[in-house]
Amino acid sequence: MASQKDIDRTSDPETFRQEVRQFIAENFPDELKSKGNALAAVEGPATETAAQKSWREAMGSRGWGTPTWPAEYGGGGLSRKHAAILNEELAKAKAHNPIGGMGVMMFGPTLLEYGSEEQKREHIPPICRGEIRWCQGYSEPNAGSDLANLQTMAEDKGDHYLVNGQKTWTSGGQWADKCFCLVRTDRSDKHKGISFLLIDMDSPGVEVRPIQMISGMSPFCETFFDDVKVPKENLVGEEGQGWTIGKRLLQHERTNLSGGGSMARMMGASLADIAKRYVETDSDGRIADAVLRDRIADFEIRWNAFLLTARRAAQESKAQGGVSEISSVLKKVGTKLGQERAELTIEIMGLQGLGWEGEGFTQAELAGVRGWLFGKATTIYGGSTEIQNNIIAKRVLGMLDHQ
Amino acid sequence: MAVLNEEQTMLRDMAREWTTNESPVTEWRKVRASGDPQAWDASVYATMAEMGWAGIIIPEEHGGSDFGWLSAGLVVEELGKTLTASPLIATTIAASAIVLGGSDAQKAEWLPKIASGEVVATLAVDESPRHAPSKIETTVSGGTISGTKKFVHEAHGAHLFVVAAKDGLYLVPSGDGVTLHDRKLADMRNHADVEFAGAAADKLTDGGDDLLDQVLDRARVLTACEMLGMAQQVFDTTLDYLKQRVQFSQVLSTFQALQHRMADLFADLALMRSAVEGGLQAIDAGFLTSQAATIAKAEANRVLHQLSREGIQLHGGIGMTDEYDVGFYLKRARVLESSFGSTGFLKDRYARLSDY
Ligand SMILES: Cc1cc2nc3c(=O)[nH]c(=O)nc-3n(C[C@H](O)[C@H](O)[C@H](O)COP(=O)(O)OP(=O)(O)OC[C@H]3O[C@@H](n4cnc5c(N)ncnc54)[C@H](O)[C@@H]3O)c2cc1C
Repeated sequence: MASQKDIDRTSDPETFRQEVRQFIAENFPDELKSKGNALAAVEGPATETAAQKSWREAMGSRGWGTPTWPAEYGGGGLSRKHAAILNEELAKAKAHNPIGGMGVMMFGPTLLEYGSEEQKREHIPPICRGEIRWCQGYSEPNAGSDLANLQTMAEDKGDHYLVNGQKTWTSGGQWADKCFCLVRTDRSDKHKGISFLLIDMDSPGVEVRPIQMISGMSPFCETFFDDVKVPKENLVGEEGQGWTIGKRLLQHERTNLSGGGSMARMMGASLADIAKRYVETDSDGRIADAVLRDRIADFEIRWNAFLLTARRAAQESKAQGGVSEISSVLKKVGTKLGQERAELTIEIMGLQGLGWEGEGFTQAELAGVRGWLFGKATTIYGGSTEIQNNIIAKRVLGMLDHQ
Repeated sequence: MAVLNEEQTMLRDMAREWTTNESPVTEWRKVRASGDPQAWDASVYATMAEMGWAGIIIPEEHGGSDFGWLSAGLVVEELGKTLTASPLIATTIAASAIVLGGSDAQKAEWLPKIASGEVVATLAVDESPRHAPSKIETTVSGGTISGTKKFVHEAHGAHLFVVAAKDGLYLVPSGDGVTLHDRKLADMRNHADVEFAGAAADKLTDGGDDLLDQVLDRARVLTACEMLGMAQQVFDTTLDYLKQRVQFSQVLSTFQALQHRMADLFADLALMRSAVEGGLQAIDAGFLTSQAATIAKAEANRVLHQLSREGIQLHGGIGMTDEYDVGFYLKRARVLESSFGSTGFLKDRYARLSDY
C-alpha cells in the first residue's frame, strides 16, 4: 500500500490522472452521482447505504479523502498538484469526497501538528477511513466569544483526569464517537490553565442533550461531564498548552468556514437563474422588477469580488509563505454574503420561498428556508463577525484599546 | 410615539396589559404546538372582540366604536410585541373594504357581525407568491366567482372573504365553491391558498375605481403596525440581553462596537415608528394616504429586516435556539415583509406615486 502511494506522489501528472479516472470508474457507484457528502456532514445519524459504504471504503483505503495527509498515517500522501488533479477528476465524475466532518476539517490537521506519535497512529487512520466522528467541545454557557473563560475542570488523579463541567453547542454531539475538548487543568491562570483533551463520548458520565434550533433541526447538544475518567494519554501536547493548540485548530475551522471552502459549495444555482424561474422577465430577458434586478447584480458583483479576494489571499499566502493579511476578512465577508444571498433568494421567491413543510413546496424550496435560518449561525460561530472585527482592528490595523 | 388623546392612551394601556398578562409569547408557543392550521384560539379572539377591538374602525351605527386607525394601530402594535396570533388584523383590513365600498345593505349585513367578533373576514388579492395587485385573473360571471388566491392570511376559520376580481372587490362567504389548501410558512401562522369555483359573490360597488388600492394601503399600514411591535420587542429584548450577558469579564453593553450598533438601530426604529404612525394618521385624515402607506410599509420592511437579523446576531448562539423567542420574530418578519408589498414593490410604487 505504502509503495503504491509513493508512486502516486511522484508520478507523472498525466499518468496519475489516468489512474484516478480508472479508480473512479471501478469504484464510484453511479447512484451517488451529484449526491452530497451526507456522512461527512456533522448533522445526521451515521446511517449509510451499501453504495455509500463501498465508496467511503474505496476512497478511505487509498487515503484520498484526506489527499495531502501523510501516507504513514493513512492519508493520501499526495502533493498539492496531485491532490488538485484528484479533485478535478472527482468533480468531473460528479463524485463527492465521502470522508469529512470535524475530524478532517479541524482535528486531524491539529493532531498531526501537536499529537504524539502514538496519538497520531491511533487517531489519524480512522479519520482517513471515515470511521470515527469527532465533535468539538469548546464552548460553554459562559464561554462563548470569551472562550478562555471555560470552566470545565480536568483534575489530575494520577493515571487519569477526572472531568466535570458542561459544554454547549457541541455540533453532532449525539452522533459523535469522540470529542476534542478544551478543559481547565489550572484555575490560577486564564489561558495557561487550559489543556487539550480527547474524550470518548461513550465514557460513563457523559450525557448529551440536543438543542432545538430555529431551523427546526437539533444537530447541536449540551454535553455534560459528571466525574468522567479520561486516561492521561489522551492529553494532547503538554498540560497548559491547550490554548495554543485550541487556537491553531480554530484557524483550520475558519479556513473551512470562510467563503473559499464550504460557502462556495453551498451556493448552487445563480440568483439570476432562480430569479428567471420565479419572477417575470421582459422581452429582452431582463428581470422585470428593476429593484430586484439591481440588487441581484449588486450581490453578484460583490460575490465575485469576494471569490477574487479568496483567490488572492491564497496566492499571497503561497508567495509569502505565511497567512496573508487579507485572509482575515474572508470569514466575515463570506458569511455575510452567504446570508445576504439566502435573504435575496427568499425575496425573489416571495412567500413561496418561506415554506416550512407540507404541500405546495418543492424539496429545494423547503431546504432553502432551513438553510436560510441555519445560515444565521455562520456569523456567530467560529469567531463571530464582531470578534473578527476586533481581530482585524487590533492585530491587523494596530488600533489598540485606549486603556 | 404619536401624541395620544385620553381615549387612545386608555386603549393602548389596556392592550398592553392584556397582551403582557394574557397573551405573552408562551401563549403563541402553545398555539404552535397544537399544530392547528387555524393557528389562533377562538376564545382569545372572542375576548378581543369583547374588549371592542374588532370594531375600532367600524362606524358606531354599525356596532363599532369608530375610534379610527391610529387607535387600531396601537392595539395591533401591542399584539405584534408578543406575537399574539389572531384574525384581528385580517378582519380589520377586510372590514375597511366594506366600510369604504359597501352598500348600506352590505354594511348592515356584515359590519355589526364583524364588530361583535362573530364574523372573521380576510382579504384575498394575490394570485402568485409575490404581491402583484395588477395581475388578477379571477373573474365573476352570473354572480359566481372563479379563481385561486395564494397565501391568504387567516383563511382557515374565516367566514367571509373580500376577494379581488378583475373588475373589482367582491364579498364571498365561505362555504360551497370555496376550497382551502393549507400552506405552512416559516411563521407557522394561518395561511392557505383559496380556490373559488362558482361561489356566490356580491360586489362592493360604492368605493370607486381605486377601492382595491385604498384597501391595500390600509393593509400595508396595519401590517406595518404589527411589524413595529415586533421591531420594538426585538430591540428591547436585545438591549436587555446585552446589559446582562458577561463575556471578557464585562457586560456586553460596555463594548463600544455594540453600543454604536444599538444606537443605530435605535435611530432606525425611531424612523420606522414615525413612518408607521404617519401612515395611520394619514388614513384618519384622508390625506395623501397612498404615499404615507407606502412609506410606512417600506420603512417597516427595512427596519424590521435589519432588527430581526441583528437581534439574533447580538444574542449570539442562544439566539439561534427555539427556546429563545427572537427567532420567531425573524420568521414572522420575512412573511410580513413579503405580504402586501416587498421592498422592491414599494419602492416602485413610491416612485410612481411621485410621478417619476
Ligand atoms: C450553530 C452553532 C454551532 C456551533 N458549534 C459549536 C461546536 O461544535 N463546538 C463549540 O465548542 N462551539 C460551537 N458553537 C459555539 C460558538 O462558537 C459560539 O456561539 C460563539 O463563540 C459565540 O459565543 P456566544 O454564543 O456565547 O455569544 P456571545 O459571546 O455571548 O456573544 C453575543 C454577541 O456579542 C458579541 N460580542 C461578544 N464579545 C464581543 C466583543 N468583545 N466586542 C464586540 N462584540 C462582542 C458577539 O459577536 C455576539 O454578537 C456553535 C454555535 C452555533 C450557533
